[in-house]
Amino acid sequence: MADERLKSLTSMLARHGILVAFILFMIGFTIANQRFLGLDNVLGVIRSSAILGVMALGVTFVVVSGNLDLSVGSMMSFSTIVVLDLHDKLGPSMAIPAMFAMTMALGAFIGFLVGYLKLNSLIVTLGMLSAIHGLTLTYSGGKNMDIVDKSGTWFSVFGQGAIFGIPVPVLMFGLLAVVLTVILAKTPFGRKVYAVGGNGTAATFSGIPRARVVFMTYIISSFCVATAGLIQASRSLGSQNTVGQGLELDVLAAVILGGASLLGGSGTVFKTVIGVLILGFIQNGLLLVGLQFYVQYVVTWVIIILAVWLDIAAKRGRLWSPIA
Amino acid sequence: MIAQKPALRLEGIVKTFPGVRALDGVSFEVMPGEVHALLGENGAGKSTLMKVLGGIYQPDDGTIFIDEAPVTMGSPLDAKAKGVVFIHQELSLADELSVAENIYLGELPTKSFGRVDWDSLHSNSAAILKRLNCKFTPQTIVGDLSIANKQMVEIARALTVDAKAVIFDEPTASLTDAEKVVLFDIISDLSRQGVGIVYISHRMDEIFTISTKISVLRDGEYRGSLATAETNEDEVTQLMIGRSLDLGQKVEHAQTGKVAIEVRNLSCGSLYHDVSFKVRSGEVVGFYGLVGAGRTEIAETLFGLRNPTDGTIHLDGEEVRIHSPVDAIRHGISLVPEDRKGQGLVLGMNCRDNMTLPQVADLTAGPFVSDGAEIAIFDQYRDKLAIKTPSWRQRVGNLSGGNQQKIVIGKWLSMAPKVLIVDEPTRGIDVGSKSEIHNLIRDLAKQGYAVIVISSEMPEVLRVSDRVVAMFHGEIIREFTSEEVTEDNLVQAISGIRSDKVA
Repeated sequence: MADERLKSLTSMLARHGILVAFILFMIGFTIANQRFLGLDNVLGVIRSSAILGVMALGVTFVVVSGNLDLSVGSMMSFSTIVVLDLHDKLGPSMAIPAMFAMTMALGAFIGFLVGYLKLNSLIVTLGMLSAIHGLTLTYSGGKNMDIVDKSGTWFSVFGQGAIFGIPVPVLMFGLLAVVLTVILAKTPFGRKVYAVGGNGTAATFSGIPRARVVFMTYIISSFCVATAGLIQASRSLGSQNTVGQGLELDVLAAVILGGASLLGGSGTVFKTVIGVLILGFIQNGLLLVGLQFYVQYVVTWVIIILAVWLDIAAKRGRLWSPIA
Repeated sequence: MIAQKPALRLEGIVKTFPGVRALDGVSFEVMPGEVHALLGENGAGKSTLMKVLGGIYQPDDGTIFIDEAPVTMGSPLDAKAKGVVFIHQELSLADELSVAENIYLGELPTKSFGRVDWDSLHSNSAAILKRLNCKFTPQTIVGDLSIANKQMVEIARALTVDAKAVIFDEPTASLTDAEKVVLFDIISDLSRQGVGIVYISHRMDEIFTISTKISVLRDGEYRGSLATAETNEDEVTQLMIGRSLDLGQKVEHAQTGKVAIEVRNLSCGSLYHDVSFKVRSGEVVGFYGLVGAGRTEIAETLFGLRNPTDGTIHLDGEEVRIHSPVDAIRHGISLVPEDRKGQGLVLGMNCRDNMTLPQVADLTAGPFVSDGAEIAIFDQYRDKLAIKTPSWRQRVGNLSGGNQQKIVIGKWLSMAPKVLIVDEPTRGIDVGSKSEIHNLIRDLAKQGYAVIVISSEMPEVLRVSDRVVAMFHGEIIREFTSEEVTEDNLVQAISGIRSDKVA
């Protein structure tokens, strides 16, 4: 009887392990600091996670299709710098679509290399991480980019505005999460993404145009990056060339924390959102209990390793096994 | 008669997984020098039993004895150290390393400072290779060997320990007939040296050639043992599936209609050359030949996975160009590929999603996939093909081979193709499901499909085909009607004897 109960507990953990860990974690920090679950703090965490979150939503498509995208950090810097520069040259209503087009052109280029030329995505996007950084610096001439008239533009609404008391970045993150959940879970395209990531050969043998599906995942990823760049630029109305540096790893961490397999074929947008929130609340919680911000780098890593280990352990039913 | 101790004995082995009692008190023993065939349908518990024996699973109950001493197998390495060695269907060799390094992988002999002692490595390996009558040297790189020779390396690896029992799991799956003979010689040699052999296979002819005793598992239970010399295929089949099957019988032929697909002078580089044939609707045409004769490559060309270098393809009398599987599907050509797990299915997906994959873009309500439409298709073909699965939500990877194959067949039938190509329809599938799939193929012809069956199993080709095309080295050697085809003239044809010159 107790054995039965243990088994059902294990299988529940295997399916929803990350959600359970998240709840336990929230309870722990709430006990440590009463302010942790206050509305202000929660909204604050989601708002500061929104940029990371928006990028992670797009990368989820790439990872489910069995590829990686390490270029999103430097691509986000590019979007931010471009939209700030064009803001003063073309005006915000032209700058935004122009920036989206340029960012998504980069995504299309990556999608072409990985999808149609079938190059390894790790190598392509690692290279693009560096190449896009160079592109950004070339574009800006290495200087920081600032909007001249910071108080007189409606452009600030995307980063600083609020509707019914909810910050606009949070709304954009939420809206995008819902739309992308529906696309991945409910449309034929979403099904094809899972098939290509689960077994690309079988997908081809079922008449699924694998190259086009992979191409589209990078288009979606770059669209999300452009959105993140828009929020970032609008929030600060000025930026360094390196604003997105290192974010690609946080993004990947969030996607993995959500339980997507790096081998492809599994993961959902909703789980990625949970992964993003876990990362956000860990970093916030550590600050609230009085630790220095740099401790979070170590703790985040430890939590990711634990999450991945427990995930595998729950799937195979024991903590260690001689075979995988 | 001297009372002999079994080399290996399993007693009352129980293993349960959530919801399944995979092994229910299985007992089984192998005497030294015995070649003991272990049979059972897919899902009968053979693989689980072997994983328990190999230390990959721990049994919930029961004991393993080696030379009558109880042992526990902690890990695959542990099992090997105790003298139980596996020769797997899928080879686990490091292709980049030499034969000798592979034989002693993980236990290379060393000299001072941990340096590899190459001299003794090579001389020890050479001794083992000699015992197996292998023609290659210990220095050969494994990647350069044929599949058959790679298997020899696996066997050589087994002989580095004092093996009490060697388990062969479907060892002939990718061997040619000549290579099989060599393998059987080695198995006989090993048994003469007093090693107990467990031989797992679905192929009755092999089991009756090589084994001395046959044990049968069904639904996780031990169903009994028979001495090979005193039994026959019918008795074994009956024990295995609980009813008798008539596998030898030729199925009834259907009425054939007009030509559905015609191939004229098709060539593809060095893979096949100047191939012409016609398939009528309501007809099954079997392609028989050795592995590498170009049969699969022709199928892949018709399905748009390869571009022909010359020749034309005609559907219903009109020439068509097929550049991709999408084109092929649009023209009504479907392919059930030879590698079910690698090419046919997304194992991590559920049954329904696999079945509807090629047409998911058409099963929509507005922009979304329609659950109802998908389930309707799944239900229809589950009933039509008698697919056994608890629900459409079941992951395809958890089904038995026969049911997996039916999912792939259902996937294409639901697209209402004109031409159905089935490549190795029953590879790795147990006897019961095999005859079901044969009957299914005949039924499809009766319903008016044009069916192409590619198979390396002669009884299968003879049983399902209305006409048989024999291929050798990328060329069609001869076409037989079902009346004129016999095992003899088919063997002659595919061995490269140009019967047309004789005729």
